[in-house]
Amino acid sequence: METALKESYIQKVNRYMGLQREDARISKSYLFVAFVALLLGGILGLLQGLNRAGMLELPYWLNYYQVLTAHGVLLVLVLTAFFTIGYFYAGLSHTLGGLLPKVRKMAWIGFSLKIVGFVFAVIPILLNQASVLYTFYPPMAASPYFYIGLVLIVLGVWMCAFGAFINVAHWRKNNRGQNLPIFSFFATGVFVLLFFGSIPVAIEVFMIIPWAFGWVETINVMLSRTLFWAFGHTLVNIWYLTAVSAWYVIVPKVIGGRRFSDTLTRIVVILLVVMNIPGGFHHQIVDPGISQEVKFLHVFMSLSIAFPSLMTAYAMFSVFERTGRKQGGKGLLGWYKKLPWGDVRFLAPMIAMIAFIVGGAGGIVQSTNQLNQVVHNTMWIVGHFHITVGTSVILTFFGITYWLVPYISNRTLTPKINRLGVIQTFIWTVGMLFMAGSMHYVGLLGAPRRTSYTTYGESATAMGWDPFMILIAIGGVLLIVGVLLQVYAVFHLMFRAPKGKTEFPIAEREEHDTYTPYWTERWGNWIVIMLLLIAMGYVIPIVDFTINAPPGSPPIKTW
Amino acid sequence: MSKSEMIWLALSFGMLMAFMLATGYQTFALEMGPPSHGETIDPQKVDETAPFDQPGIKKIGENEYEVVMTMQIFSFNPSDIEIPAGATVHFILTSKDVTHGFQVAGTNINAMVMPGHIQKITQTFDRPGEYLVLCNEYCGAGHQLMSTTINVK
Repeated sequence: METALKESYIQKVNRYMGLQREDARISKSYLFVAFVALLLGGILGLLQGLNRAGMLELPYWLNYYQVLTAHGVLLVLVLTAFFTIGYFYAGLSHTLGGLLPKVRKMAWIGFSLKIVGFVFAVIPILLNQASVLYTFYPPMAASPYFYIGLVLIVLGVWMCAFGAFINVAHWRKNNRGQNLPIFSFFATGVFVLLFFGSIPVAIEVFMIIPWAFGWVETINVMLSRTLFWAFGHTLVNIWYLTAVSAWYVIVPKVIGGRRFSDTLTRIVVILLVVMNIPGGFHHQIVDPGISQEVKFLHVFMSLSIAFPSLMTAYAMFSVFERTGRKQGGKGLLGWYKKLPWGDVRFLAPMIAMIAFIVGGAGGIVQSTNQLNQVVHNTMWIVGHFHITVGTSVILTFFGITYWLVPYISNRTLTPKINRLGVIQTFIWTVGMLFMAGSMHYVGLLGAPRRTSYTTYGESATAMGWDPFMILIAIGGVLLIVGVLLQVYAVFHLMFRAPKGKTEFPIAEREEHDTYTPYWTERWGNWIVIMLLLIAMGYVIPIVDFTINAPPGSPPIKTW
Repeated sequence: MSKSEMIWLALSFGMLMAFMLATGYQTFALEMGPPSHGETIDPQKVDETAPFDQPGIKKIGENEYEVVMTMQIFSFNPSDIEIPAGATVHFILTSKDVTHGFQVAGTNINAMVMPGHIQKITQTFDRPGEYLVLCNEYCGAGHQLMSTTINVK
């Protein structure tokens, strides 16, 4: 009773005062780090693009692979992880009536662990002691401190995941029989995946550390690579699920509509969570040591993730059409004119969704055995994840900042910054069209990824790729302008914009939406199913790699 | 769930199944599956282990060749291979140090070559010309220099 009273008091305070200050500070700190990472990672990306096009020679104290390692770590690890946690913690606080003091503390401990871990990882990178790229495949061995840094980052992420679970469990105890608010439902899914998805990489790194220190002589190369991808692909799908949460929950409100069916939304979340981790094997389609039968099973497991995404495609356009028609749009396509194209909070995620049609199609194609053989480790793949993570996910994140940052800073989005956001979105889109488009094409011609500028001894084939590399560099220049505008917008909204109240836009259910069955809340069941699917995908290969392992490899530094 | 959504999802499901069937048919009926060889080797004793103790190109049939090749930072052994047009070449590969990638631009040859594992891939070279062979997995400071050629005459 007492807690219930306290809860409703907090909710009331939230309604009138916005987010609690202490909760806001958590999200603000996370977003601050995220956008500093965007700035640094973006600059490094530009250096790479220019080098790859043969337009820029890097100084002797900074080599291409160092830059590439840092670019990967900053953008696909730091920017995304810090944004995701900042965003979901703000939403957990908003929809569950504030964070518990214990959870707040956990979020701060997680923050410190990640920052310390990041410093541990970045110093060896700067000293050129860890130019192993963010996939760090053994037997290339970086300084052991690089891996210790990674362990601390993972521990920091776990801290935040458990914080979220505790807050959700607390809410459920006080609201028995009720469905978790949809935003927190997404958050639960994301943190479940973050926790279970990072277990394989934690195991991998615990195999690597004694080996990197020289306490153990050799390492099982194939096993560590497999554990890495069980994590690596899940990670990008977590960022994708984060973006999807905004598509289902936030965007309908921004355009003045209502959400898609609550039950189906929750089913999409559950499917994305349970089917995700075994998908990682499609990174190993041309690896030795895995039979074609097992690889075929993994094609199936990878492609099945496309199904909930295709459900999402339907849901989104259904919401757009319904909202557009309600606002007077007529005819077959007249509704699209009624959508608020000039509002960056809609425009950015909308372009992100359109990009995902292209990115998703590319993903389906390249997961199949033979087509994967055409594009594996070529620039095509780099194009693919700049469309999916770099556009679908990141543009959605950018779109979120235009309401989330003012919300947590008690400020407002001005028409001027909105216009800046629209221009930023436009520049980002054109930049990515140049960059990711050319990457896809030049990859089909055979240009490898992760390779600094080279003509391979004046090879005519390799020289034929050069025009596309220049297009990539042009894309890179546009994108750095996009980065600067975006970082300016975020820091302006955080510290400079006029004071005022901004809403956390969560769309309402459709009036005649069907009742949501309570079984969707059975996270214990979903986790069991998830573990079964992981076992289905991984038990055979992992047992095989362990029992039939060749003699291991000693650590090697090749840079 | 509305009728249009049912139709959309049925089409989606059908499309994914079509991909599965095409992939399965190519892999198992046409034997076009991805390189997946299962043999292993001691990565620190490659030079003493057959067949890698004698890397090179060997004629094994009517316009059919076997290339036993080691990959190491930052080279291929043997390098600069010459074969007649129309030749079918069976590559047998392994790495002497870190993970490498074996790719021939302009063909579908693309395979991971990892220490401790033997990888095999076959290709028929119908078109004459000079093919660029390169390493497509980052392997160290000289990764961008790791290339050779296959000359089809």
